[in-house]
Amino acid sequence: MNNIELKLIVNGRIEELTIPPNRTLLEMLREDLQLTGAKEGCGHGECGACMVVVNGKTVNSCLILAAELEGASVVTIEGLKKGDQLHPVQQAFVDKSGMQCGFCTSGQVLAAMALLEENPAPTADEIRDGMAGSFCRCTGYTKIFESVEAAAQLMQQHQGARV
Amino acid sequence: MNAPDKIRLEEDSSLIGKRLPRVDAREKVTGDARYAADFNFPGQLWVKILRSPHAHARILSIDASAALALKGVKGVLTGKDFNGWTWGWMPKTREEAPLAVEKVRYYGEAVAAVCAVDEATAEEACELMRVCYEELPGVFSVDDAIMQGAPLVHEDRPGNLSWDFHMDFGDVEVGFAEADLVREHKFETGRVLTGFLEPPAAVAQWTEEGITVWSAKQSPYFHYRHLAACFNLPLSKIRVIQPFIGGGFGGTKNDSVAADFCAVLFSKRLGKPVKYQYSMEEVFTTARRRHNFTVVAKMGMKKDGTITALQNTAYAEGGAYTVIGPLTLYLSGAYTTLPYKVPHFKYDAARIFTNHPSGAAMRGHGVTHTRFAAEVLMDMMSEELGLDSLEVRLKNAIVAPHTTVNGVHIKTCGIKQALEALGESTAWRERKDRKKDRGSIVHGVGIATGTMGGGSKQRGHQSCAAVVRLCEDGTVNYLTGATDCGQGSDTVLVQIVAEELGIGMDDVSIRRVDTAVTPCDPGSYGSRVTILAGQAAQKAAREVKRQMAQCAAGNWGEPEDTIVFSGGQVFSRRNPSLRMSFRKLAQAACYSESGRVILGTGYSDAGAEDYNFEKGSGNSDVNYSFAAQLTEVDVDLETGIVKATDFLIAFDSGRPLHPVNVESQIEGAAVQGLGQALYEEFKMDRGRTLNPDFVDYRMPLATEAPDIRVKHIITDDPDGPHGAKEASQAAIVCSPPSIISAIHNATGIWFTSQPVTPEKLLKALKEKANR
Repeated sequence: MNNIELKLIVNGRIEELTIPPNRTLLEMLREDLQLTGAKEGCGHGECGACMVVVNGKTVNSCLILAAELEGASVVTIEGLKKGDQLHPVQQAFVDKSGMQCGFCTSGQVLAAMALLEENPAPTADEIRDGMAGSFCRCTGYTKIFESVEAAAQLMQQHQGARV
Repeated sequence: MNAPDKIRLEEDSSLIGKRLPRVDAREKVTGDARYAADFNFPGQLWVKILRSPHAHARILSIDASAALALKGVKGVLTGKDFNGWTWGWMPKTREEAPLAVEKVRYYGEAVAAVCAVDEATAEEACELMRVCYEELPGVFSVDDAIMQGAPLVHEDRPGNLSWDFHMDFGDVEVGFAEADLVREHKFETGRVLTGFLEPPAAVAQWTEEGITVWSAKQSPYFHYRHLAACFNLPLSKIRVIQPFIGGGFGGTKNDSVAADFCAVLFSKRLGKPVKYQYSMEEVFTTARRRHNFTVVAKMGMKKDGTITALQNTAYAEGGAYTVIGPLTLYLSGAYTTLPYKVPHFKYDAARIFTNHPSGAAMRGHGVTHTRFAAEVLMDMMSEELGLDSLEVRLKNAIVAPHTTVNGVHIKTCGIKQALEALGESTAWRERKDRKKDRGSIVHGVGIATGTMGGGSKQRGHQSCAAVVRLCEDGTVNYLTGATDCGQGSDTVLVQIVAEELGIGMDDVSIRRVDTAVTPCDPGSYGSRVTILAGQAAQKAAREVKRQMAQCAAGNWGEPEDTIVFSGGQVFSRRNPSLRMSFRKLAQAACYSESGRVILGTGYSDAGAEDYNFEKGSGNSDVNYSFAAQLTEVDVDLETGIVKATDFLIAFDSGRPLHPVNVESQIEGAAVQGLGQALYEEFKMDRGRTLNPDFVDYRMPLATEAPDIRVKHIITDDPDGPHGAKEASQAAIVCSPPSIISAIHNATGIWFTSQPVTPEKLLKALKEKANR
């Protein structure tokens, strides 16, 4: 297997890598870029712990070959905060303690961000559906739902502030 | 931010009971929190485990030549490399070897280990290993295993008996004779996955200084002792460094796994750091899991609902090794009667070996099985006697102080208030109106209760310790041996230290487990951390406070016991104008005389009363939580699908020190119980796991989670720091029976085995229609 050259944007930075063609996006992030915020839970796209955003859509990075991402833009949990300033979704998860062990948290935060970008004021049922791609064994989901509700409010305030 | 700069009103300054952010929240939402698999070292090698393709077989030979010939392979280990070393929970149950020797006892048991330059090469090399087996007939259920002449999992353990327990208090025959109604039913609980999302992982490094591992353990000090024993090194040379832990729930992460020992031995032989990470499939097929139990429960009740006696005969399916099974049986028995007055109690239990992965501890350990049986049986009998099941529970509920028939002394108990809270709910008051039935959906309301001990002190070294070190700028380092595997204990412990010193939580930096530095601690199990590590933290902080108060008292000419620490300020109670900031006092104290080093240490001694493990009597915990849960379900009579819509959980955790964490623990446990009641079970075929993934083994997702309300019942226990008790496990004890009770309310059918799958429900509905 010959290595391939890959150029893509990760968290706003251009990365040029030489990687084996069978490397998954998750392996590339964790091993080549030392971005370990995305976790390997199941490795089969079932648990959501490895979730990242590719070209604006959430994906399970364990299922995607890095080689397919030439020119793509990837955002991981590490790319959300601006300086010391947390993204409103991150801030809401802090305020409402929307995590326990934290292993699924990167995925939950990114899933919430994707949900709220598509639907800024989701109902309780829409939050359940939007968050159904990630397991959490610790919280029973209640505090995650509360975090998403709080995030929706924070994001609306931010929007309001910008206008 | 330094505490002295914060101006707070004194009465407002208490941190206890406040809804504060978690101390680890920021690291967890930014991806900065590092877990075991996130550690990498230059030159590191990888281990993969070769696992048995048979449930029961003799190992005839192992040929590693093809594997060793593969480019990038650095070495191979087999069972004999560990020189006969075995481990187990008690000295007489040390049955398990890091790698199987002579024979394998379950499908997926570790047989050999390969070390290579990367994970893929190690995996490929495993496929090149040639192992010859002689397959043996296996036993895959308790019924098979106890049959006369059944194959033996361990040749020296006749009848496949792993452990047995007998408790006999009062005289159940007298109790049954006094009863107006005696009923006996068989109940079955499921063999379920603990369900952490972080698979076991570690990096191990052997150097002249000894062993260092970065390892995913919820009780790192067990692992520390295992490594010292296995490699014959002094404990002072074992360094287990605890990263963030991605969930525990008992069992696997309270123990060592095959690759832990192999990684260390490879590092010793090859001189490099060695890493492993199990796949989720390995977790599903080999990890410790909850035992499944068969409980035959017999209860006596008077016409007015008074319980006269309870007798349980229980079989626990143990799997291949004894591990912590004796404690499982102890807990299943010792806490069966709670939270009710039961004057006569008898319990006979056996744990039976089978050719399955080992059953071990899981949240709600032991108690969940026998309490499931007792709760459902109480409901059945209340119905038969035409009584309200909530009234029956209230009638039998204990009132503290109370001593159970087996000598468990309860100092605080909020079960009556918890039941009353359920009784006051609209859902309970309107349950007979059937307002929420629609089309093929019938709505049901059910209740159940649960109890759990907290601050477990079962066998061995059970004390927690803490070190609090004052820095001259008025901040402190808090060193703990306790592990937060997600439950939020780091936050609560920091809260306790800050509360004691009257400073902010930001002023306390927690230093997590590094066995070379932090004080020895039993670990995270038995809901012990807040109670015991909390007491230790409190004592250590008080010692710092005492030394600082001495300095302040000397400067002001005031007696030491008048010095108050609050809101970042230190002042004299007698003369409040004598005051200075905590930071100034820290500086003054540290620089007094030729310079002082202010260090506080403390260890827990809460509830050190005697108990009798062999008999099953006395207090093996410090104090006891109580919970009552009301569950509402929608049952679809056409599809058989049950949806839990609402949980109302009234929980007596003594005093919730950090209410958000306490709620999260309760909510998480209740939903874990939901999985057990409706969805989760291992599908096995002659030792093979047929559903080793999250698609076929169904844990609850966000879409399955009900609306959950938690009501705190405050009882302020005298033995917990700031009144705290256990805060989660009682919820997983009451969740499954409350769901069963709600399904009965909807359908009129009693289910006595978990989980209630759609297939099972449709079958039962059909049988009911045919009757």
